[in-house]
This record gives sequence, structure tokens and C-alpha cells, in this order.
Amino acid sequence: MRRSPGHAFALAWPPLLFGAVFLVLWETAVKVFDFQPYFLPAPSAIWDAFRANTSLIWEATKVSGLNAFVGLLVGTAIGVAMAFLLARFRLVDDLLSPVAVALNAIPIFVLVAVFNNMYPVTSEVPRRLMVTLVVYFIVLINVARGLREVGNVYLDLMRSYAASEVTVLRKVRVPHAVPYLFTALKIAAPAAVITAFVSEYFGGLQNGLGSRIVSNIALSNNAEAWAYVLGACLLGLAFFLAAVALEQVATPGGLGARERDRA
Amino acid sequence: MSGGAADGRGNAVEIRGLTKVFNAGRPDAVEALLDIDLIIAPGEFVSLIGPSGCGKSTQLRLIANLTEPTTGEVLVNGKPARSARLDQDYGMAFQQAGLFEWRSVAKNVELPLELKGWDKAGRRARAIEMLELVKLPEFAEHFPWQLSGGMQQRVAIARALAAHPPLLLMDEPFGALDEMTREHMQTELLRICGETSTTVVFVTHSIPEAVFLSTRVVVMSPRPGRITEVIDVDLGTRRGVDTRETARFFAKVTEVREALRGIQPAGVEPDIEQVAEEL
Repeated sequence: MRRSPGHAFALAWPPLLFGAVFLVLWETAVKVFDFQPYFLPAPSAIWDAFRANTSLIWEATKVSGLNAFVGLLVGTAIGVAMAFLLARFRLVDDLLSPVAVALNAIPIFVLVAVFNNMYPVTSEVPRRLMVTLVVYFIVLINVARGLREVGNVYLDLMRSYAASEVTVLRKVRVPHAVPYLFTALKIAAPAAVITAFVSEYFGGLQNGLGSRIVSNIALSNNAEAWAYVLGACLLGLAFFLAAVALEQVATPGGLGARERDRA
Repeated sequence: MSGGAADGRGNAVEIRGLTKVFNAGRPDAVEALLDIDLIIAPGEFVSLIGPSGCGKSTQLRLIANLTEPTTGEVLVNGKPARSARLDQDYGMAFQQAGLFEWRSVAKNVELPLELKGWDKAGRRARAIEMLELVKLPEFAEHFPWQLSGGMQQRVAIARALAAHPPLLLMDEPFGALDEMTREHMQTELLRICGETSTTVVFVTHSIPEAVFLSTRVVVMSPRPGRITEVIDVDLGTRRGVDTRETARFFAKVTEVREALRGIQPAGVEPDIEQVAEEL
């Protein structure tokens, strides 16, 4: 059942090899075609900039990461709560679903500018609100489906056991929705990082990864800008892996284990 | 206890003047069942057979009180079907095994007991006992997706019988299995029901399956669903692999086939496709 180290290696080497070849090609192209640093810095230059600015990048990562994390938590909580309401009450569903869809259709980043106006310049709240909004929608849609789309055979069975609506919710709908929640989190966690970071482009404190990239590009410090991009990639990856790890822990016999087995 | 049979248990199932109309009073009303009368005694194995759309699944669902009759009454163990359901007087199995994939095999079998308020140790002991009955004790801690279709169906039967209900309702439980597994499961089902002396109402499309399993085969016609014939199958209580090759078995298969042929245009065999019979 468990994945052996050899098996993990067999899975890992193709993408690792691809990544290595890609970096070598990039490095070679920059050298051979003599790209100027303001056009495209070499991976080695980016790595040097990353090493030289590690503590600054770490500080910026903490700011963007905290915004993403807070938004992710709040968005998930609201999304789950709303999904329960929608699954339970048809009327609420009819009232709120169109609103939720309409909200999602707004090119949401324009809202950051609006939120920025509502709060002091030094506030992180507008960015966190943005993340919350993005995460909320992803979680709501998935969890509501998980709660609702339970096969008829299960509902018939529960009825034959004379189970109450609450029991059906507890024993069937909620466990059925858990894999849907993790599917949502795997999409929402990296999306939270992207949102936190793009939100910084619209003003406010110049302390996060997004702001640093903008200011370094403005100063033509391309290698430094790329070093912050690398930091952003690592942050997004960390969020995604955390979501995956949480899924593996929380669903021992369900979807997680099955994917593990297949892998 | 009403009914008043000699053993004091009354009839296992009693259906009187049962009619079921879907979308009653609307232009798209469908008369699914018309004037059904059927009495099933404890210990009987009764199959409902007929072409698609004859309402046999609907009839089973009415016995289970998963749907309400339009007119007529259904008694289970001498009580109205609704009370019987609330008392969990029957177990049920469907064509889909319907195991909960986040529960281990043992926990699936335990579910009806859990809902009845059994304590943990009692539940576990009964689950193991039931898994031994269906010959899967070593799979207690496995998860459903690790089991083959036939094994999943055996777990579903173990679950349906976990609370030792006097009545087992089965809606084409072997319909999705291959022929070999299917015949094996039929033999197993007879053994299990013999050991637990459970009454069974069994919906099927398969004539040999109905004949092999049943003490009585109820033949139904479509639109509206009615009982056209009830055939006694006196093949004895000890049926095994050899039973399928006896002349009596073939004679009964022919009898049921002819009863089915009588209710529809000549040359048309019952539709063996699984078709949704309900809305």
C-alpha cells in the first residue's frame, strides 16, 4: 500500500530531469545569444541575487504569505458555512447562488482598488479581503457539490435505516464532501498566494513579494526581481504541498489513500 | 400482532389493493402499479420478475416505504410499511453495492447498528460475525474500492442482514455481476438466508436466477404493472450447483418464460437492460 522510496524516485525523476535540462538551456541561451541582464538574466544570476537577498525575500514572503494564509482561512470558513446553508435551504440557494456567480464574474482585482480606498494606506485588510473572496468562491462551489451530489442509493439506504436529516448530513453528506473540500483547497491555496501577491500591485504598503518585484523592475534590477519571483513560486508551492499533506492526513481511507495507491 | 398465522408472527408482507401513480392528476401521470394483492409468508423467497417498466422495483420500494402508495395498503410484519421502516424491520440491497467509500468494510457493516444505537463492542462483534457469514472476515479493515464487485455485493448483503432483520429486500443485487460470479452469489445467498431464516423479496430480470432462488416467482406485466401469474417453484430447500441441471429446473424456467411471453408480443424476450423504472 505504501509508496516505496524507489517508487517515489521513479515518479520524481522525469520532472526533475526536465527542470534541469530547462535551466541548462536557459543558462546556455543567455550566454550564447548574449542577452542583456535587463532583458533576461541567467538562472545563475537569479540564484546569486536570491542568495544575496535571502533575508529580504524571506521578510517579503512572510508578509505575502500571511495575507494569503489569513484570506485562505477566512475564505474557507465562509465558503464551507455558506455551502451548508445552500445545501440545507433551497430558498437560500435560489437567493444566493446567482449573487455568488455574479460576484465571481467581476474582474475581481478591480475590487482591490475599491477596498484600498476603504482602509488606511498601511492596512493589509484589502489584500486579505481579496484573497478571502477568491478562496470563498472556490470552496463554496466544491463543498456545496459534495454535500448535495450524494448518490440516490445512499439516500435510499439511509431512509431504510430511518435516519433523520441531521444523521444523513453527519454520516453521509459531510464525509462525502470532505474530498471535495480538499480538491477546493488544492486549487484555492496556490490561488490565495497569487491573489495576495497581485493585490500588492494596486498600492498599499511596499512590503510584500509583489511590491518588491514591481520596485526592482522599476530600478532595472532584473535579477533581483526574478529572485523575488522565485520566492513567490516557492511560497505557492509550499501552500499547495500543505494542502496535499492535509488531504493525505485527513482522508485515510478515502480519495487521498486511493490516489496514493494509484501513484 | 395482526395477521394471525399459526406461528404468531403473521405475514412477512401483505399487500392489498395497491396502486401507484406517479405524477397523479397531471398530464404526464404514469400508472406504475395497478391493483396489486400479494401475501408473503415468513421464510419464503419470492422473486418479482417482468419486463422493464412493469413496476417491480416500485413494488419493492413500496414495501420498503421508500415511496408511498397512491391507494391500497402495505403491511410488513403486520405493521404499516412506514412503522416497519422506522423499526428497521427489513434490510435492503440494491444493484449498486452502495458501500460508503470513506468507511472500512467492517464499519460499513456496522452502520445500521450504529444508527440503532448499538455500543461499539457489540457492533464490532456482529460485523465480524456477518463478515464470516459472507466469507470475507479477512477484509474487515479494507476499504470498499479494494474489493471486487462480487465482494462488495457480499459486504452489502452482510450490512443488510447485520441487524438480523426478518425481511431482506433486494433490487437486482447481482445485476451488475458477471455470470460466474452471479451463480456463485446465488448459491451463497441461499445458504445465508437458510442459516438466518430470512424472508426475501427479490427483484430480477433473469429467469434462471428467479427460478433457482425462489420458492415462488411473481410474474408481472408492464404499464400498468400487474401480477399476471404466480408460479410455485418446488425444487426443495437444498439447492446447489446440480440443481441447475435438473429437468425440473428447466421445466420451471420454461414455465416462467412462457408466462412472461404471454404478456407481450410474440417473440419479444424480457428486456434485460437495466432501465430506470422510476422518476
